[in-house]
Amino acid sequence: MTDSKYFTTTKKGEIFELKAELNSDKKEKKKEAVKKVIASMTVGKDVSALFPDVVNCMQTDNLELKKLVYLYLMNYAKSQPDMAIMAVNTFVKDCEDPNPLIRALAVRTMGCIRVDKITEYLCEPLRKCLKDEDPYVRKTAAVCVAKLHDINAQLVEDQGFLDTLKDLISDSNPMVVANAVAALSEIAESHPSSNLLDLNPQSINKLLTALNECTEWGQIFILDCLANYTPKDDREAQSICERVTPRLSHANSAVVLSAVKVLMKFMEMLSKDLDYYGTLLKKLAPPLVTLLSAEPELQYVALRNINLIVQKRPEILKHEMKVFFVKYNDPIYVKLEKLDIMIRLASQANIAQVLAELKEYATEVDVDFVRKAVRAIGRCAIKVEQSAERCVSTLLDLIQTKVNYVVQEAIVVIKDIFRKYPNKYESVIATLCENLDSLDEPEARAAMIWIVGEYAERIDNADELLESFLEGFHDESTQVQLQLLTAIVKLFLKKPTETQELVQQVLSLATQDSDNPDLRDRGYIYWRLLSTDPVAAKEVVLAEKPLISEETDLIEPTLLDELICYIGTLASVYHKPPSAFVEGGRGVVHKSLPPRTASSESTESPETAPAGAPPGEQPDVIPTQGDLLGDLLNLDLGPPVSGPPLATTSVQMGAVDLLGGGLDSLMGDEPEGIGGPNFVAPPAAAVPASLGAPIGSGLSDLFDLTSGVGTLSGSYVAPKAVWLPAMKAKGLEISGTFTRQVGSISMDLQLTNKALQVMTDFAIQFNRNSFGLAPAAPLQVHAPLSPNQTVEISLPLNTVGSVMKMEPLNNLQVAVKNNIDVFYFSTLYPLHILFVEDGKMDRQMFLATWKDIPNENEAQFQIRDCPLNAEAVSSKLQSSNIFTIAKRNVEGQDMLYQSLKLTNGIWVLAELRIQPGNPSFTVLQLSLKCRAPEVSQHVYQAYETILKN
Amino acid sequence: MIHSLFLINCSGDIFLEKHWKSVVSQSVCDYFFEAQEKAADVENVPPVISTPHHYLISIYRDKLFFVSVIQTEVPPLFVIEFLHRVADTFQVGSSNVGDTLPTGQLSNIPWRRAGVKYTNNEAYFDVVEEIDAIIDKSGSTVFAEIQGVIDACIKLSGMPDLSLSFMNPRLLDDVSFHPCIRFKRWESERVLSFIPPDGNFRLISYRVSSQNLVAIPVYVKHNISFKENSSCGRFDITIGPKQNMGKTIEGITVTVHMPKVVLNMNLTPTQGSYTFDPVTKVLTWDVGKITPQKLPSLKGLVNLQSGAPKPEENPSLNIQFKIQQLAISGLKVNRLDMYGEKYKPFKGVKYVTKAGKFQVRT
Repeated sequence: MTDSKYFTTTKKGEIFELKAELNSDKKEKKKEAVKKVIASMTVGKDVSALFPDVVNCMQTDNLELKKLVYLYLMNYAKSQPDMAIMAVNTFVKDCEDPNPLIRALAVRTMGCIRVDKITEYLCEPLRKCLKDEDPYVRKTAAVCVAKLHDINAQLVEDQGFLDTLKDLISDSNPMVVANAVAALSEIAESHPSSNLLDLNPQSINKLLTALNECTEWGQIFILDCLANYTPKDDREAQSICERVTPRLSHANSAVVLSAVKVLMKFMEMLSKDLDYYGTLLKKLAPPLVTLLSAEPELQYVALRNINLIVQKRPEILKHEMKVFFVKYNDPIYVKLEKLDIMIRLASQANIAQVLAELKEYATEVDVDFVRKAVRAIGRCAIKVEQSAERCVSTLLDLIQTKVNYVVQEAIVVIKDIFRKYPNKYESVIATLCENLDSLDEPEARAAMIWIVGEYAERIDNADELLESFLEGFHDESTQVQLQLLTAIVKLFLKKPTETQELVQQVLSLATQDSDNPDLRDRGYIYWRLLSTDPVAAKEVVLAEKPLISEETDLIEPTLLDELICYIGTLASVYHKPPSAFVEGGRGVVHKSLPPRTASSESTESPETAPAGAPPGEQPDVIPTQGDLLGDLLNLDLGPPVSGPPLATTSVQMGAVDLLGGGLDSLMGDEPEGIGGPNFVAPPAAAVPASLGAPIGSGLSDLFDLTSGVGTLSGSYVAPKAVWLPAMKAKGLEISGTFTRQVGSISMDLQLTNKALQVMTDFAIQFNRNSFGLAPAAPLQVHAPLSPNQTVEISLPLNTVGSVMKMEPLNNLQVAVKNNIDVFYFSTLYPLHILFVEDGKMDRQMFLATWKDIPNENEAQFQIRDCPLNAEAVSSKLQSSNIFTIAKRNVEGQDMLYQSLKLTNGIWVLAELRIQPGNPSFTVLQLSLKCRAPEVSQHVYQAYETILKN
Repeated sequence: MIHSLFLINCSGDIFLEKHWKSVVSQSVCDYFFEAQEKAADVENVPPVISTPHHYLISIYRDKLFFVSVIQTEVPPLFVIEFLHRVADTFQVGSSNVGDTLPTGQLSNIPWRRAGVKYTNNEAYFDVVEEIDAIIDKSGSTVFAEIQGVIDACIKLSGMPDLSLSFMNPRLLDDVSFHPCIRFKRWESERVLSFIPPDGNFRLISYRVSSQNLVAIPVYVKHNISFKENSSCGRFDITIGPKQNMGKTIEGITVTVHMPKVVLNMNLTPTQGSYTFDPVTKVLTWDVGKITPQKLPSLKGLVNLQSGAPKPEENPSLNIQFKIQQLAISGLKVNRLDMYGEKYKPFKGVKYVTKAGKFQVRT
C-alpha cells in the first residue's frame, strides 16, 4: 500500500476540483477527496476554504471518513471559529451514537478543538460520556476533562466535572481509572494546593488493582500518583511496596523508574530490621542496572536518578560498580554521569578496579572527560584513605605524560590531597615544581602557589618561584592574586629574613595598585597584622587548617530527600526542586519523605506532635509512688524529717483532683497578701511576661525586657510558673524557672508562705533524672519564712547527679522539705538549659556527622508564626547556645545549619529552613539529626520556646 | 505533557512539526541547534536541554532528531519512551495516512484484538543474546554481561493462552516482561504464561551479569604502536576463537576509531577486506568467519601527520560477531503449551548470540 499518491501536486484549480469531489454523491469519491484535503493540510497548504464542504461530509456512518473530517476540524476550527459552530450539532449527535467508538471519537475531538464557543456546547455531551456504559467512552471523556480544564478551568469546576472525575478513580475498568488519575494529576499540577488526589486506603487499593491491568502509560500516572500518598504506618507502606515491586520488571523504563520512586519513598517508613527491607533493597538493584542497557537518552535520565539513589542509599548498588564502567563510544553526557557515580560508589573493596579504570579514561580523547577522570582519581584518594598512596603515584604517572590539561588537573587535585593528608606526600613537590611553567589555567596556578606557600620551608627556592609569579601580578585572575598574596605572607612568616622585600612588594601591589576590593582588604589585613603583631599574624595565617571532607559535592540532605520524592521527573535530571525551574508553578509545594512510623508504637510521631502547643506547658506529671518511696526515702535531707509519714502525702496528692474545686474556693477566703492566689497553676506560657512581672523579681524583669531582642547575657529564661501550689503543700507555694548563664545552670525559685505558721528548715533534693541534674549547693533560706512572705532563691545546679531515663525525658522530680512536711512535685525543664557553650561544631565535622547519622534518626518539625529573618533567628538561638555553622540561600529560602551539644555530650545537628512569605505567617522547617533521637522532640520544643519569646 | 514535537534531519532542517496545544515557534529549536553545535558529534547532544521558557527532550534515531517541547514538570523517561515509540511507528509505516486507520480497542485484553483468524497457526520465538564486554589490554575481562531478549512472532487464531517453560529458568533473575505475561505465575513457577498479542512483539528482555556465566567467544591479539618523532606506526591484530561452545563464529567486523593524527593506513588482511576513512578516521575490517586452522589477521603501517606529537591515546577495538544456534548464557526453552484453543499450532525456537557493545582496549 502506498499513500504517496495523495501527496502528488495537482494542477492549478486544485481547491476547485476538491470542492466538486467533496460534494460528490459517491461515497468512495468523497472519502478520496477528504484524504487529499488532509494530505494537503499535512504538508502545510491552506485548504481552509473547503471548510463548509468538509464539514458536510461529517454526517456519515463511515468511521474512517468521520475520523478524517474530525482531523480536519481540529486543525482549522481555531482559525474558523464561526464556521466550526456549524459542526457542533453533529458532535452532539455523535456523542449519542449507538457505536461507542463514535461517541468516544466525538468527545475526544471536541476536547481538542480549543474554541471557546465550542467548549460551551461540550459540557452536556461530556457529562453523559463520563457516565457512559462503555469504558472506552468513559476513559476518553476522562482525558477530555483535563483538556477542557486547560481551556477553561472555571467552567470545569462550575460544571462539577472534577467530582465526576474523582468518582472515576473507583471505576471498574482499569483504563478508566488510569486516565482519571492522569487527568486529575494534570489538573492538580496547575492547582498545587488543591487536594484533587486526596487518597485514602480504599482508593489506593483501587489504584493498585488498576495498576496491574492498565497500559504502560497509565501505569506511570498511577505510580506517580501513589508516590504522593503517605501511608499511615509501616504495614501499609510495606503492602503497597509489595504490590508495586512487580512493576520493576516492566519493559517500559518510565514505569520502572516511577516504581523505584514509590519504593524509595515508602522504604523510608520501613524499619531496617525488617526482613522485607533487605529484600526490597536487593530487588531494586537489577532494574536500575537494566536501565543502563537502554538507549543513551534513557541511560542519561536513569544515571541522573541513580546519582540521587546512591547518595541516599549507597547499599543498593554497592556491588554493581562495573556496570558504570565507561565504553569508549558512550555519548559524552553518559560518560560524565557514569564517572560521577563511580566515585560515589568507590570504596576500599573496589578501589583497585576503579583506579585502573580511571587511569584508562585519563588517556581518552575527550578533554572534558579526561579532566574529570583525573579529578576523580584525586577524589578517590581523599575518599578512600588506603588508596591515597596509589592515587598519588597514578597522578604522578599522569603528570609525566606532560599532556598540558592532564598536568593542570592533577596539580589541582594534589593540592586537595595535601589538605587531606598533611605532611605525607610532600616528596612529590619537586616533580610538581618542574611543571610550573606549563600551568596556564588560573585554578592550577592557584593550586601550585598554594602548595609553594604552604610548604615554603621545604622548598629551597620558594621565594624565587613565587617571585616569578609576581612579575605578571596584575594580569593574573583574582583567584591567583589572592593565593599569591597569602602564599608570600606565609613564606615571609616562615623565612622572614630573606623575603622582607618580596612581602612588601606584594602588599603594595595588592593594596595600592589593585582595583579589587577583596584583594585590597586582604592585603590591608595582612599588612596591619604583620606591622602590629607578627606573632598574632603567625597564629592567624599559619593556623592549622581544618581537614577537607571526603565528599565534595554531596547534595544537601534535605534537598536530597526532596529530590528522592521527584525521582523520574525533570527535577531529578536537574537535581533541583521543581519550584526552582518550572515556570508557572503557582504555589510551591515541597515534597518530603514520610517519617518512619511503626504501626506498633502509638507514641507521638513528629507529625502528630502538637506544633502549636504552648512551650513549657506543664502536663500533670505525678511520679509513681514506687519511684518516690524508693528514691526519696533514702535521701539525706539534712535536718531530720518531721511531720506526717509519706503515705499521707501521697493520699493528699491523690485527693487534690477530687477536692480541687472545693479547696479552691475555701482557700480563696483566706487573708491574702499579693494579688489573688492562683491555686490552679496556669500553664507557664499562658502567662504573658507582663503579667508574670508583678511576682517576678527584678532579675527576671530584666530578662523579660531583653529576651525579645536576643540577649547576650544567657539563654532564654521562661517566666516563673507555679510548680507546687500552696494547697498541695500545706501553704508552701513554690514557683520557679530554669536559667543558664555563662555555663552555669540554676533553678530560680520563689517560695511563698501562704500558711499561718512560720516555715523553717528548708531542704531540696532531686530524684535521679535523664541528664543527671542535681543541686550544686544546699537550698539556702537564710531567715525563717513568715506567713505571707516571699523569698527568691537561685539554686545552682550541676549535671553530675545520677542518671535515670525519665518519661518524658525532661521530667524532673523534686522533693522539698520544711519544718512542716516533705512535699513532692514534678516539673519539666526546658532542654536548652543543657545546651553547652562549646556546642559549635566544625563545618566539616558537621557534614560528616550529618551523613553518618542514619536517616531514621532524623526528625522534622514545623515552627509556625515565627516572623523572624535568618539573622534574627540565628542570634536568638545563639544566645541559647544553638550555633549557626553555615547559612545558605537555596531558591530564595534561607537554610541555617546549626549544632548544639548537651551537657552529657550528645550532639544535635539541625537544619532550619526559613520559608519567607507573609511576615505574619513565616514557617520554619526544622530537621534534627541526633544519635539519640529521643531528644529531638525536646530540642524542637526548646527551639520553639526560644524563637517565640 | 508534550506541547509540541519537531522532527529534524542531520542537516538541520525541521521537516515536520506537530503542536498539541498552542503553536510553539520553530525558533525554540535554535537552542537545540546551539547544543548540537557545542556537542560536535551528533550523538553527544544532551537529551534534556533547558531554554528560558521550555524544556527540550530529544532522541536521536536513524539520523533523525525527535525534539519534543515541554512546558511542565514531566517524567522525561515517559517522553523519551514515547518518542522512541513514535520513531518505531515511522519506521514501520511509510506514511501516516493509511488505507485503514486502526480502530479503538474494546477487548478485555488491551494488547490483543478480537476475532483473529489464521489458516496456518504458528508461534515462533527468537532467543537473541548480545554480549556487552570490556576487555582490557592484557586480555582479561573488565566487565561482561549478556543482554538477552525473546522476540515472538505469533500467528494464532482466537484467544490462545500460552505457557513457555525453560530448562534452566534460574538463569533469569533480572527480567523485563511484556505486559501480557502473568507475573504471579512467573514468581511462583518460573513459567511464562500469557495470552499473546497478535504478530511480532518482544516477550521478555533479560540480563545475565554474573561474570562466570558470561563466556567470551573471541580473543584479540593486538599490537598498535606509534614511534616517537616519526610519522609512522605499526598496526597488527589477530582474532581467534575462545569459549565458542564448538560453534562457528561468523559475521565478524572490527571497527577502530584511529587517533586524529592518523593520515592513512596501509594494511594487509589475511582474510576479508578493510577500509579506512581518512575523514572520520574509522577503520573497518570485515572479517567474515573464523576458521581455527588459519586465524584472521590484519597487519601493516600507519601513516601519521608529520611533525604532530605521537598520539596519547590508544584506540579501542569494537568487535561485532554472530553465533547461530547458540544462546551463550545456556538458556534453553523446554516446551510451549497452548490452552484455550483446539487446533495444533506449529512451534519453533531459534537461538542466536551476537556481540553487543564488545570493546577491546589496546
